[in-house]
Amino acid sequence: MTNHASYFRVFLTFARNSLVRNMTFRVNFLIECASSVTWTAMNLGFYLLIFQHTTQIGANTGWGKWEFFAFLATTMLVNSLVQAFFMPNCEDINELIRTGGLDFALLKPIDTQFLISLEKIDWSSLANFAAGLVLLIVSLVRMSVRPENPLVLAPTTVALYVFYVLCGVAILYSLMISLSATSIWLGQNRSLYDFWFYITNFSRYPMEIYDGRWGRPLRWAFTYLIPVLIVVNVPAQIIARPIAPGGSTVWPLAIFALLATAGSLAASRWVFQAALRNYRSASS
Amino acid sequence: MYSRALTWWTILRIALAERLVYRGDFALGTLMRFLPIITQIFLWYAIFEARGNEKLAGFTFKDFVAYYLLTMVARAFSSMPGLASGIAGQIRSGEIKKFLIQPIDLLGFLLLGRVAHKLAYYAVAALPFALVFFLCRDFFPGWPTVTAWSAGILSLILCFLLGYYLEACMGLVGFWWLEISSLLFVYMLFSFFLSGHMFPLDMLPEPWHTLVALTPLQYLAYFPAAVLLGKIQGWDLVVGLIFEVEWVVLFVILSRVLFDRGTRRYSAYGG
Repeated sequence: MTNHASYFRVFLTFARNSLVRNMTFRVNFLIECASSVTWTAMNLGFYLLIFQHTTQIGANTGWGKWEFFAFLATTMLVNSLVQAFFMPNCEDINELIRTGGLDFALLKPIDTQFLISLEKIDWSSLANFAAGLVLLIVSLVRMSVRPENPLVLAPTTVALYVFYVLCGVAILYSLMISLSATSIWLGQNRSLYDFWFYITNFSRYPMEIYDGRWGRPLRWAFTYLIPVLIVVNVPAQIIARPIAPGGSTVWPLAIFALLATAGSLAASRWVFQAALRNYRSASS
Repeated sequence: MYSRALTWWTILRIALAERLVYRGDFALGTLMRFLPIITQIFLWYAIFEARGNEKLAGFTFKDFVAYYLLTMVARAFSSMPGLASGIAGQIRSGEIKKFLIQPIDLLGFLLLGRVAHKLAYYAVAALPFALVFFLCRDFFPGWPTVTAWSAGILSLILCFLLGYYLEACMGLVGFWWLEISSLLFVYMLFSFFLSGHMFPLDMLPEPWHTLVALTPLQYLAYFPAAVLLGKIQGWDLVVGLIFEVEWVVLFVILSRVLFDRGTRRYSAYGG
């Protein structure tokens, strides 16, 4: 118990230190916030353009304009959390290994994975979190006030949504830390980051679009082998489209998402520790 | 005259050798670059399905796939990774002095470097490109006509020059600003969405469509791809090419002016 409390205190210290660092260069911080939000706004413009030409994504999938914007908002929430808490740290792991800085992390009386996954927090990425929240609320309000088939939100739905967003963050974190840990073996992981970018690319759209002779195997692989498709799809379906027009519900997938989250976390823990056992301090 | 040609030839050869060192990584990287298109293709397929496969802005689903592949070719001509930031970096670090004291022209030297880069790139990337185009051959409406073919190649060469001089001009702004990353960010933002490699610009509603057509950005991806697809023909094609030439000439002149003015106010700090 006291042990857990101290981990939480260490995390708060990390958060405070990062905030101090961010606030030292205040204008730079504001510019970073503004630029990431502008980028998102441009993206939003792209989807607005798409919905000028169609009423939904895919025939009879139920992903109409506001459902899809709720989906997009979910993507923004998940990605901004990953970018704020884990991305700056996982990017550094490669450098820690190359320079031998990992030695110092190993010596500290705290779990190494905890230490090097959370040391830095990029607060400016949370600007996109706020933007995602606004977009989500706008989409949900639009869906609940429309005359036909209005959306009714139960408190449990909202709670489940928050829970599955966190599951999504955990899955992406597992994938990212596993890829970074392999740099202990490979020494260099530039192309692995490209790989990460390309894989998460698949999580950005509703899974129903992967259909047909080529789409089905892709959907299967990115749901069950590398579960990136459920990262955004499960929470977004829970909040925006509880029952698909076809009558299928999200719940079997939601139960699988629990297993996938636990499985990814366990697998990444295993990969990380196996990689650490292979670490040979590189520097002097 | 002969010695001058020899100098340029040597520069080109050095740059070529430099580029061919990592050819395996190069070829693999080129193939990887097609991956994000896969999700785009599925997205558009779903959109066309929802529309009952009706044409969208004059494009069928197959046209969309072909269009995406052709913009990849256009981007391979017009993209200049690291050019503007490289020039600004040289200005800031003082490295640019070597071009001021040696009888070599900075813009010409860098242009040859880029030509060599592109030549080496195509030498290696031709295979993966050919493979992807062969696999996707059913999406194309057939070989372009002789007019479309020659206009397309002309517009690709122009789009290389436009990409080069546009980025060079932004790099030369470094004489005044030293740090140009915010300028580059704005440029990247707009060129990402408005050069047409996310969607065919014909989809834009008015007045946006006209406004975007007035910028040089469309020539970086949209125009060459649409010409090769046969979407731009006749009078529009001629006017489009004339405007593309005009933009290139404009940016060539602008880059010379910026370089001239810039070197005059340059105070050569740095080691």
